[in-house]
Amino acid sequence: MSVAKPLPHDAAALHVTGQARYVDDVPVPANCLSVAFGLSTVARGRIASMDLSAVRAAPGVVAVLTAGDLPGANDVSPSIHDEPLLAEAEVFYLGQPVFAVIAESHLAARKAAQLGEVTYEELPALLTIEDALAADSRFEGGPITWSKGDVAAALAAAPHRIEGSVAVGGQEHFYLEGQAALALPQEGGDMVVHSSTQHPTEIQHKVAEALGVPMHAVRVEVRRMGGGFGGKESQGNALACICAVAARVTGRPCRMRYDRDDDFVITGKRHDFRIDYTAGFDGEGRLTGVDFVQYARCGWAQDLSLPVADRAMLHADNAYLLPAARITSHRLKTNTQSATAFRGFGGPQGMVGIEAVMDRVAFELGRDPLEVRRGNFYRGMESAGGPAPAAIVSRTNGATTAAPRDISDQKKDGPAPVTTGTHRDMASRGSMGAVDEAPEGAGAAPDGAQTTPYHMAVEDFVLHEMVDALVETSDYAARRAKVAEWNEANALLKRGLALTPVKFGISFTLTHLNQAGALVHVYQDGSIHMNHGGTEMGQGLFQKVAQVAASRFGVPLASVKITATDTGKVPNTSATAASSGSDLNGMAVKAACDEIRGRMAEFLAAEHQTEAAQVRFADGQVEVGGASYSFAEAVQKCYVGRVSLSATGFYKTPKVNWDRVQGRGRPFFYFAYGAAVTEVAVDTLTGEYRLLRTDILHDAGASLNPAIDIGQVEGGYVQGVGWLTTEELVWDGKGRLTTHAPSTYKIPACSDRPDVFNVALWDKGRNREDTIYRSKAVGEPPLMLGISALAAIWDAVSACGPGYHDLSAPATPEKVLAAIERVRG
Amino acid sequence: MGQIAFLLNGDPVTIADVAPTTTLLDWLRETRGLTGTKEGCNEGDCGACTVMVTDASGARAVNACILFLPQLDGKAVRTVEGIAGPDGTLHPVQQAMIDHHGSQCGFCTPGFVVSMACAHLNGRRDFDDQLAGNLCRCTGYAPIVRAAEAAAERPVPDWMREDLGLIGGAMGEPAPGARTHPSYGQPKSADELAAWYAAHPDAVLVGGATDVGLWVTKALRELPEVGFLGGVDDLKYLHVDSEEVRIGAVTSLTEVWEAMRDLHPSFAEMLRRYGAVQVRNAATIGGNIANGSPIGDSPPALIALGATLHLRKGDAQRALPLEDFFLDYGKQDRAPGEFVEAVSFPRQPDSLRCYKLSKRFDQDISAVCGCFNITVEEGRVAAARIAFGGMAGIPKRAAAVEAALLGQPWTEETVAATADAWAKDFQPLSDMRASAGYRLDAARNMLIRYFHERAGTPVSVLEVQP
Repeated sequence: MSVAKPLPHDAAALHVTGQARYVDDVPVPANCLSVAFGLSTVARGRIASMDLSAVRAAPGVVAVLTAGDLPGANDVSPSIHDEPLLAEAEVFYLGQPVFAVIAESHLAARKAAQLGEVTYEELPALLTIEDALAADSRFEGGPITWSKGDVAAALAAAPHRIEGSVAVGGQEHFYLEGQAALALPQEGGDMVVHSSTQHPTEIQHKVAEALGVPMHAVRVEVRRMGGGFGGKESQGNALACICAVAARVTGRPCRMRYDRDDDFVITGKRHDFRIDYTAGFDGEGRLTGVDFVQYARCGWAQDLSLPVADRAMLHADNAYLLPAARITSHRLKTNTQSATAFRGFGGPQGMVGIEAVMDRVAFELGRDPLEVRRGNFYRGMESAGGPAPAAIVSRTNGATTAAPRDISDQKKDGPAPVTTGTHRDMASRGSMGAVDEAPEGAGAAPDGAQTTPYHMAVEDFVLHEMVDALVETSDYAARRAKVAEWNEANALLKRGLALTPVKFGISFTLTHLNQAGALVHVYQDGSIHMNHGGTEMGQGLFQKVAQVAASRFGVPLASVKITATDTGKVPNTSATAASSGSDLNGMAVKAACDEIRGRMAEFLAAEHQTEAAQVRFADGQVEVGGASYSFAEAVQKCYVGRVSLSATGFYKTPKVNWDRVQGRGRPFFYFAYGAAVTEVAVDTLTGEYRLLRTDILHDAGASLNPAIDIGQVEGGYVQGVGWLTTEELVWDGKGRLTTHAPSTYKIPACSDRPDVFNVALWDKGRNREDTIYRSKAVGEPPLMLGISALAAIWDAVSACGPGYHDLSAPATPEKVLAAIERVRG
Repeated sequence: MGQIAFLLNGDPVTIADVAPTTTLLDWLRETRGLTGTKEGCNEGDCGACTVMVTDASGARAVNACILFLPQLDGKAVRTVEGIAGPDGTLHPVQQAMIDHHGSQCGFCTPGFVVSMACAHLNGRRDFDDQLAGNLCRCTGYAPIVRAAEAAAERPVPDWMREDLGLIGGAMGEPAPGARTHPSYGQPKSADELAAWYAAHPDAVLVGGATDVGLWVTKALRELPEVGFLGGVDDLKYLHVDSEEVRIGAVTSLTEVWEAMRDLHPSFAEMLRRYGAVQVRNAATIGGNIANGSPIGDSPPALIALGATLHLRKGDAQRALPLEDFFLDYGKQDRAPGEFVEAVSFPRQPDSLRCYKLSKRFDQDISAVCGCFNITVEEGRVAAARIAFGGMAGIPKRAAAVEAALLGQPWTEETVAATADAWAKDFQPLSDMRASAGYRLDAARNMLIRYFHERAGTPVSVLEVQP
């Protein structure tokens, strides 16, 4: 059976020979045109004049489009229609597309786009969290608050109490393949779109609206992306729509790719946060109550910010049982790029908040932070059914107690909502609020269960055992002593060591998105065509799901053809996001395969006067009533016997039921777990630092493909470290992003990985929920293992003096040096 | 427009009528349909477009996105499509990348494969450095390095050695007059360059195009006249004798790095972090000086070594202290038609330490680059040359700090006593790389680091063992 084998990525041989095709590699007809955007040069202003004559006259230019030239909806928002494809009267951030140039080549289009003469009547721009708070500029009316227990009483009664704040920076996705799309006009006004997107259905939806045609007139195909990380969940909409419009207007194929600098300047990034905390704890460091206030900088348009901010709230506990907790979330609207999905989707930011609290508690008590962390863990699986901590369940307060909110009147100064020719994309995470999200009411945790701050029972907590194992394999205790020794002996270079855990909730928090479809054909020769709604961005989804299909039919993997995601094959798909790809599509493909297998078994069993249940598919053979056929022979028999050898499969995640307005229920089917130990060295003269060693133990359940899963863990960790260390986004006072290319924005390079890097999957991992072969989702959770590197830097800095480091992220060398000066007092 | 001839994956190619600033990447993808080479950043910082270029001096990795076609004249290019054998046999690095799960999204993979094949061919096993110019966002690099290590145990395939034998011969000699290029210059000697540049004083001289390339790909500038220096072989040299070290302007940073490893190891260590392999293979020492950047890394080191710059215009040659060449931000002491011929510095005992400070160690532009060269005799500072990049509009000496040190006992107290002098020397800017305050603090601390390093104390996190 191919499931659980460490097979290479399905396209590995194509990758290494340069044959793997990405959108911009698709051969195009000779008359294909290229598109580029002209961008706003101010962060906020009214367009006073627009003279595009020089653009039109530039060499190679075929057409120039502004908002008034668009044939259909001027909207690329995945949520509330607040994101025009091309700016109308106003611009809301520096980098907003204002006009589009269609030219004979990419270079000609880019050059011409520089020639636009657009003047603005500048308006005051809100750039920072503080600016937005002062102006009360926000999404969703007011802050959202969820709570559990009486936080005020818990804080008042706590033996110790701390207050503080931690900032968490944003992050540019830096997918190596920038955003790209290609539109090929078809007969009768239809359009075929190739898009580098995690969400083909949304591209289909937005392109249909941009053209003013039904969704059936648009087919979207995605073979692969050169990285996504959330940055291609909604940010590809603009390219696909403008290419389709340009193709409609010119009657010629049109393609577009963002130059890297444009990609940085135009597209959204991870939300940066400020998290204020007040925490009460006892002499052992056990938290009695925590009050978090999370401020998320969402940028100019709503995009996916509400569910991102929700997920930050949903991970404010990380792995810790909080007897009383209140989490307040401000979703702030600023004149910057519209922040969007990024691996972890708010979860990582929420987690940094509680890890900062753990670190601070340990500092106040003079304990090893690991002791404090372990002392606050949720109870393990054996004792999970025990008595609940004394908790007084309170309803949410403030604006959140209102009935489902009317979102239509919340927009104060955004562009006018588009009301004709568009409808909310129910397949988007941004459609939150547009549907009745908890039709059956929020599920209640069983009596006596330990619960999260959002009242979900934690029934699968395995971190006690995992951390025990990791402490052992990483030699934590001995190394802790050695680090102390080193720091005693060395004045200039300090070491730091930290272990941090991850508990990450798996499921789309917009419950109805937890569904998936598949289409499987078995051909006469026994070869199998497999298709599903998930997209491949490097995570190995296609291979993992193909392993499922091969296993269901008992055939070698080579019998299964992996095919491009295609809205014409599987409709109404959810984005490949929220780590859900394998869970959802694996199950949908399994359902389709089992349907065909069942039909085959029934037919063959009848022929051999036996039961369908007695037919065995294994090792490339089909065994029935004592006979053994090759799979191809069995298929031929079924074909001749007029058995349908094609089936769709469908899956919806059970058990999830979530009321986000109340902050109650079960948003997650299960949790994924992991833990990491990182050791660093820090230079106290410059703040430079380096990762010396990292040990990780991660829970991928019963892994579908351990090699691919370890790849996700290694890569996720390094990406998480980058986010918290060298990846600094800087905007100037005019709202211009000054870190707009790899020359100025520094993702980890080869030598930034730890010198010693030990990664293991937890060998006892097995999902207690009924997932595909009992595996667990692995896309996002490992990113948060990178928090251990930040915590290790905290530890090293703390060795420099008696004060508290108060070091936020990203911990650039500059910020580290400042923290060293702080602890020295 | 002229004619350019080179080998592409072993086959001769002749190109006529192409704009001299056409990049190899665009030409491969758009004209040749060779889409394996990827555009990741279009500025030489991500390595997705890495190709192998071979000439008489060997094979090396370079970025195709900022490589102009005329730079390839007479050379051989191998793209990812040419790394496997003619019968499709995978190169050992390709097979190892599959076996060790070195690709995820696969978009950076062709660039990695080419960089790894170059390292493999050249017998290099310092993979952190060989791959510093290739960014990967998926894997965290560990499986790629495992693949590189595994492939290193396998022999170099025969086909990888063919280019060296084929250049020149297989391409044949161009027809007489075919390589006259009215729209750009391709001088073959310093004399030809001098004559050509005197006649075209407004032309842009292109050494490795690691800077000028971005004028084209990012600033979208049209360059009316271009002079390519790649053929000026008599300015490619590194002469070391008992008196001085003299480096021709067209010498690549890779060659300078190699020479400095013995002479001034700290300078070499700084150059190891200058750009990355692909950039150092293309960039020239003359270009790094002549472009006048306040954040170029070689000028502070050279100034600290007491370097002299050698300029030429027509037949007139002159020399000046390197620090005097930099007049102000964007302004150098260089007349129209005048070019850098060489830089030289005296042989000396090695007291030089170079500290390059940036957010990321590899392939990052310095926030501060401090170079210290202090001579201590009988416990006192006998001479001090301290120069910085990133602290002013030009590479600049720390004159007040030097003065505060001169003649003083070489002690921690003396170092501490310079604290106030730094602000006299430098009023740095705040930008996306660092704040002014941090720059000044870090510069001051670098002298403390220098003091401790000379005393034998470990001062670099890069030297700390796990």
